[in-house]
Amino acid sequence: MSTVVEPSPGQPAALEAETLSDAVRARLRGLRGGELGSLPILLGLLVIVIVFQSLNENFLSPSNFVNLMVQMAGLTTIAMGIVFVLLLGEIDLSVGYVSGVAGVSVALLLFQDGGELPGPVGIAIALVIGAAIGFLHGMIITKVGVPSFVVTLAGLLAWNGVVLLLMAGKGTVIVQDELVVGIANSFLPETLGWIVILGAVGLYGALQLLGLRARARAGLPTPPPALLALRVAALAAIAVVVVWFAYENRGIPYVAVLVVLLLVCLSYVANRTRFGRHVYAIGGNQEAAQRAGINVDRVKVSVFMIAGTMAALGGIIFASRLRSVDTAAGGGDILLNSIAAAVIGGTSLFGGRGHVKSALLGALIIASIANGMGLLGLSAGAKFVVTGVVLLAAVTVDAVSRRGRASSGRA
Amino acid sequence: MADGPVLELQGVSKSFGAVQALDGVDLEVREGEVMALVGDNGAGKSTLIKCVAGIHTIDAGEIRFDGEPVRVSGPKDAAALGIEVVYQDLALCDNLDVVQNMYLGRERLGPLRRLDELAMEQTARETLKGLAVTTLKSVRQTVAGLSGGQRQSVAVAKAVMWNSRVVILDEPTAALGVAQTRQVLDLVKRLGQQGLAVVIVSHNLSDVFEVADRITVLRLGKDVATLRVADTNQQQVVEAITSDAPADRRAGIEVAPA
Repeated sequence: MSTVVEPSPGQPAALEAETLSDAVRARLRGLRGGELGSLPILLGLLVIVIVFQSLNENFLSPSNFVNLMVQMAGLTTIAMGIVFVLLLGEIDLSVGYVSGVAGVSVALLLFQDGGELPGPVGIAIALVIGAAIGFLHGMIITKVGVPSFVVTLAGLLAWNGVVLLLMAGKGTVIVQDELVVGIANSFLPETLGWIVILGAVGLYGALQLLGLRARARAGLPTPPPALLALRVAALAAIAVVVVWFAYENRGIPYVAVLVVLLLVCLSYVANRTRFGRHVYAIGGNQEAAQRAGINVDRVKVSVFMIAGTMAALGGIIFASRLRSVDTAAGGGDILLNSIAAAVIGGTSLFGGRGHVKSALLGALIIASIANGMGLLGLSAGAKFVVTGVVLLAAVTVDAVSRRGRASSGRA
Repeated sequence: MADGPVLELQGVSKSFGAVQALDGVDLEVREGEVMALVGDNGAGKSTLIKCVAGIHTIDAGEIRFDGEPVRVSGPKDAAALGIEVVYQDLALCDNLDVVQNMYLGRERLGPLRRLDELAMEQTARETLKGLAVTTLKSVRQTVAGLSGGQRQSVAVAKAVMWNSRVVILDEPTAALGVAQTRQVLDLVKRLGQQGLAVVIVSHNLSDVFEVADRITVLRLGKDVATLRVADTNQQQVVEAITSDAPADRRAGIEVAPA
């Protein structure tokens, strides 16, 4: 057999790197080849922080930081659902008003003169409504064969109508349930906050170490332990700074813990389960997935149900934060911001490429801009223009890096 | 079942509307044998493969496996029998890595329904090594970064990893360079030597004559000739593929299967 040694495009195969310097070199090679990872987002975030901090010294204050965590939570939650839809190579335009329907449902179900259901029941019903809407969309898309763009565009109109019908003659409904209000308005006691965050970092480190040892035992190439230690240390440093900073003010809101929990769970689903693998496969090559015996329709319906459920949860978080819902629930820039968050965070619109964490990173960028412009007292118009420019910049970076990947044979 | 054919088709017909894609095709392949399926464009080669793979259901005729009639009504049925198909367009996901592609749709699970990446990576490595596929730098690189020959090797390795007994290759050397074609042809020969029944579809007769033991010629949905490579030449095969008059079986071109 002639062993033709192909000119190997330098995939950042950190798993195969022997030492830390090998890993660094592989990463640099990947950067040149267009594998940018989270780098543009982190640079963008740095620019945002520098610009707004220089214009208004309150931007980097503990109280504003706590505000930001609460402001971005709903958007992040909805965007996590959108990531799954985008991974399939589909789109969901209905998530904004689905979140509205869920928020309104919770408020009406728990309305003191009306339903008076216990808080958890109201939340559960709203989540089931979100999942059911996703199921409906998914079934029409897969069984009837209508493109997701059209089905969810119709959903956007129809669910907006449902919000208006549910709120007919009510104007604003105050949310009084302690549980629902507490999601975005209560904070972990400081000691509990530290225990949770340090426990999480410790767990992450332990799992990484166990994974490394399992690979070594199985005789497979292992990433350099130093790289792993570096990663855990970086995470620990970020966590400590966040917690310390937050407790200079009100502290860590429960909703932030919820978002991190969702991030961990959904990342697990995307990267460590058969279902997640199939989502990526369908987004990469639907024909191949079908031939491999994957039930493409079932995966798609499930993904739209995830998007619907996450949208509903986002709607509940919005309702919690405002302590009320009105006829505008789920409208405005919620939909476009959640899609923009996923894309800015690095999830491709063309399917198969992206991560759940891109929802968090993208939402952080968008919420930072909105927050900073709010501090400066700029108009909504200016906010939209800047957010639009950032979205365009993110997609341009993606397109240019894709060209880089194509020219180094990694389309 | 040491003697009989592993896979046997008898009188298989398939039509799409008014188009008769397959018309009473007989075909058989034995263990350790490389059978080439040749024919002009539209002769029905791809349709035949898809019928065996369970993507199309046949209208008439019979598919036998180990002498027993079987129904293949989906890719999973074919896989359960031990029939694997490597498609012309490869059916690999560019965004997934080599291991992920090899296990696509049949992922191994560990505790908590977690993907057992270690076991999958180990088996994938062993399979590639067993096939002497040595040009891959890492089994964790995405398929998008591989050359055509490497992709084909991954697709073949994916097919043989499942204790499969029949491997069907659709145009495995189309669009490959010289060195890469060699790589793939060596791989095909190795499959036969390992005791698999191999069906290879190809336009390239010199490739066919290099790796195949027998050749079945399809024309307009009919099997017009079955030739033993040792007893024929390219001229005869070309005539069987192209001539308007059916290749005359009585003239002794067809060799009855041993």
